Amino acid sequence: MVNSKGFKENDVSTNKKFTFNLKLYTMIIALVGIWIIFAIATKGDFLTSRNMSNLFRQMVSTAVLAIGMVFVIIAGQIDLSVGSLLGLTGGIAAIANVWFHFNGILSIIIALAVGLILGAWNGWWVAYKNVPSFIVTLAGMLVFRGILIGITNGYTIAPLSNDFQFIGQAYLTPVSGYLLGIIVLLVGAYTTYSQRKSKIKYGLEVSPSYLDIAKIILMVVLIGLFVFTLNSYNGIPFSVLILAILAAIFTYIASKTVFGRRVYALGGNIEAAKLSGINVKKITLILFAINGLLAAVSGVVLTSTLNAGSTSAGQNAELDAIAACVIGGASLSGGVGSVIGAIIGALVMASINNGMSLLNSAPFWQYVVKGLILLIAVYIDAASKNKE
Amino acid sequence: MGDFILEMKNITKEFSGVKALDNVNLKVKKGEIHGLCGENGAGKSTLMKILSGVYPHGTFSGEIIFDGRELKLNNIKDAEDAGIGIIYQELSLVKELSVSENIFIGNEPNKNGIIDFDRMYYETKILLDKLNLNINPNVPVKNLGIGQQQLVEIAKALSKNVSLLILDEPTSSLTDADVEILFKILRQLKDNGVTCIYISHKLNEVMEITDRITVQRDGKTVGSEDTKNLTESEIIKMMVGRELTNLFPKEEHQIGKEILEVKNFSVYDSKSSSKKIVDNVSFTLKEGEILGIAGLIGAGRTELVSSIFGSYQGKHEGEIYLEGKKINIRNPDEALNYGIAMVPEDRKGQGLINILSVRNNMTLSNIESYKNNFGSVDENKEIVDVKKYIEMLKIKVSHFDLAVKNLSGGNQQKVVLAKNLLRNPKILILDEPTRGIDVGAKYEIYKLIYELVKSGISIIMVSSELPEVIGLSDRIVVMHEGKKKGEFVNKDVTQEMIMECAIGGK
Repeated sequence: MVNSKGFKENDVSTNKKFTFNLKLYTMIIALVGIWIIFAIATKGDFLTSRNMSNLFRQMVSTAVLAIGMVFVIIAGQIDLSVGSLLGLTGGIAAIANVWFHFNGILSIIIALAVGLILGAWNGWWVAYKNVPSFIVTLAGMLVFRGILIGITNGYTIAPLSNDFQFIGQAYLTPVSGYLLGIIVLLVGAYTTYSQRKSKIKYGLEVSPSYLDIAKIILMVVLIGLFVFTLNSYNGIPFSVLILAILAAIFTYIASKTVFGRRVYALGGNIEAAKLSGINVKKITLILFAINGLLAAVSGVVLTSTLNAGSTSAGQNAELDAIAACVIGGASLSGGVGSVIGAIIGALVMASINNGMSLLNSAPFWQYVVKGLILLIAVYIDAASKNKE
Repeated sequence: MGDFILEMKNITKEFSGVKALDNVNLKVKKGEIHGLCGENGAGKSTLMKILSGVYPHGTFSGEIIFDGRELKLNNIKDAEDAGIGIIYQELSLVKELSVSENIFIGNEPNKNGIIDFDRMYYETKILLDKLNLNINPNVPVKNLGIGQQQLVEIAKALSKNVSLLILDEPTSSLTDADVEILFKILRQLKDNGVTCIYISHKLNEVMEITDRITVQRDGKTVGSEDTKNLTESEIIKMMVGRELTNLFPKEEHQIGKEILEVKNFSVYDSKSSSKKIVDNVSFTLKEGEILGIAGLIGAGRTELVSSIFGSYQGKHEGEIYLEGKKINIRNPDEALNYGIAMVPEDRKGQGLINILSVRNNMTLSNIESYKNNFGSVDENKEIVDVKKYIEMLKIKVSHFDLAVKNLSGGNQQKVVLAKNLLRNPKILILDEPTRGIDVGAKYEIYKLIYELVKSGISIIMVSSELPEVIGLSDRIVVMHEGKKKGEFVNKDVTQEMIMECAIGGK
């Protein structure tokens, strides 16, 4: 009955995990390569804790956008409006805070609500009115930017109240940074342990314990290095903490939840997803709403970091976000992509901006280099697929 | 034997090890209308694709002699240049373009790359006049009726000076009046020396229009005969006269009380809402019963079952009673909640998500059931189920996290089956469950179907393969052009009886 032999021979789970992560590893290696090049070119300036801190802060707004965008792309759609929406929600938060003297928290909540609603507006047209997402969000891109220019009258709105500035400019104290690192490690170790226990409970094969221990040690090293580097400067920036929390939540949603599974399914084959009883319209609407919400988060963080709302905030940010997703392995034909990949993609983009600025190269070079990296990243992916 | 314009000799064509054509011979005389008959999957279309260059020289064995010389076609253009034109069942016109633009698409009269619209109009007019067609060459094709579009296709083929015209099911969407016009034109072409190969399921039309008939069965040529020496029932016999192999492991199973009743069910075309594709069909299904639905392509079988399941786009009317209670299914989700699952006809397009893993595909429908208190999927519980079904259905896959696109057709179909079974359905609809899969996998699926009915699941099986329908079903409903044409309790039912019914006789 139970073909135990068959399963033994079949069980290549560790092997399989490795191939899945290969893509991720290649990206990390590419990132490290870029860092090494900049480190050499800047004679080490790139790797100082101060610059690392700046780099992570610079990546936040693109990375938050990319988290939302990667879901939309996995579902086989696109959202061109998030750059404008970032600007609009940031502007609304600034107006509420500066002109109407609302406190920071209320201003932020208003901005997030607007982001959610306008995202849902996009999603409604795509899901229930069958207008292609490219068009819906292209329209949104124009409309949202137009509203922003209209309500701000073209003025830059500054300065923000202190509680609002906190988001983008505060740092965690070194002690709380280390504490946080330890908590994350404990959670990580516990999850590894409980997953192992659950596997044993269901009689499934468990990976050798040395692998799990190696995994935990790797976590210790990476998190330790991360916290140590940032603590050597001002501490973990609050905005980077927000990014980390969002990354954790959305990685969990993408890989562990029913909703996440369905997003991959509908991007992979919408017909089959429908026939499997999935409400694709509802999911599409939710995806765009989440994307709007994340655009608002990004808008709030950026506004706070710059201590001002401006009409040009977030211009072309949607393209950076899309590029980040694609560099991170997402496929525009849907069904493929990951949150962690998108964040690494955003880090690649931010690294190029940051490193080239350190080198004092003319801004036009940044565009050229980013464009070529995007092209090459996708080419490598396509070429490796063809080989398969 | 110089009067043959076409001789196809010993044509054999394989698709990944499966012989679609096995030593086929076809001889067509100059100036005749030659009928080509056979069941779905008998190899007619494959043969015509070879003749029209879709499958180029070298991808099959055997030779084609056309007009006295051997043809080695590399592409469709070669076939056109040789004088062979084909009109497919699915019209291949560009709907937004005008009649003349469609006719001359690909070889537009031009001067230095600039289209000479006046000449195009003029030549189209001449062509249409020849066919006695009163159509304005400047009208967009989408404004024409289906029948006229068909005739434009013919004009398009003729514009390339064809001497052999192949028509694949030309009348499947035509009204009787349109069919008359088509026949008139075909006879006229014949008088002008054009040879035709006419492929159709509609035997009465074949009897009326053709001079000679060749019958194919299971990729082999059964024989050729002058039409006047044949009767419809003789043709049917030639089409289906195969032995029922013992591929079917008939197993006793208990049939219980009625579980589903479909009453006066009609379905409208998803594209033109006035056209009925399923017309007032009623049937019942009992617990643990296998109900076969037979019929030819286009009989409305898929539209019927996918409407019941809630996945067909067109609107429908009629009543469905599940265990005596009237239900209304608006989408697949509701159907699944009622305990009705469906394995769709188009495995790649509708059944599977190719890039996802075996596991993710299998649990797509029942993923909710693995939800734990954090809203996440309990993957270990999921994997236990996945492993169980891989074993139970004997799915050959090295690992459950492998993408389904790497699996063979039979194993892919088993994954789709597993997905549906994981929802614990009371009723399972199987639409062409064994299409395109090898004999071994077929046998395993048949065994599984018996396992399922023994466990009390009721099955509705749509199939174009008569031996399958007869070999498995307890009862058979036969459809013809959207209507239920007959119902047989499967006892001493022959393929001839079903085929005759499916063709619309009696």
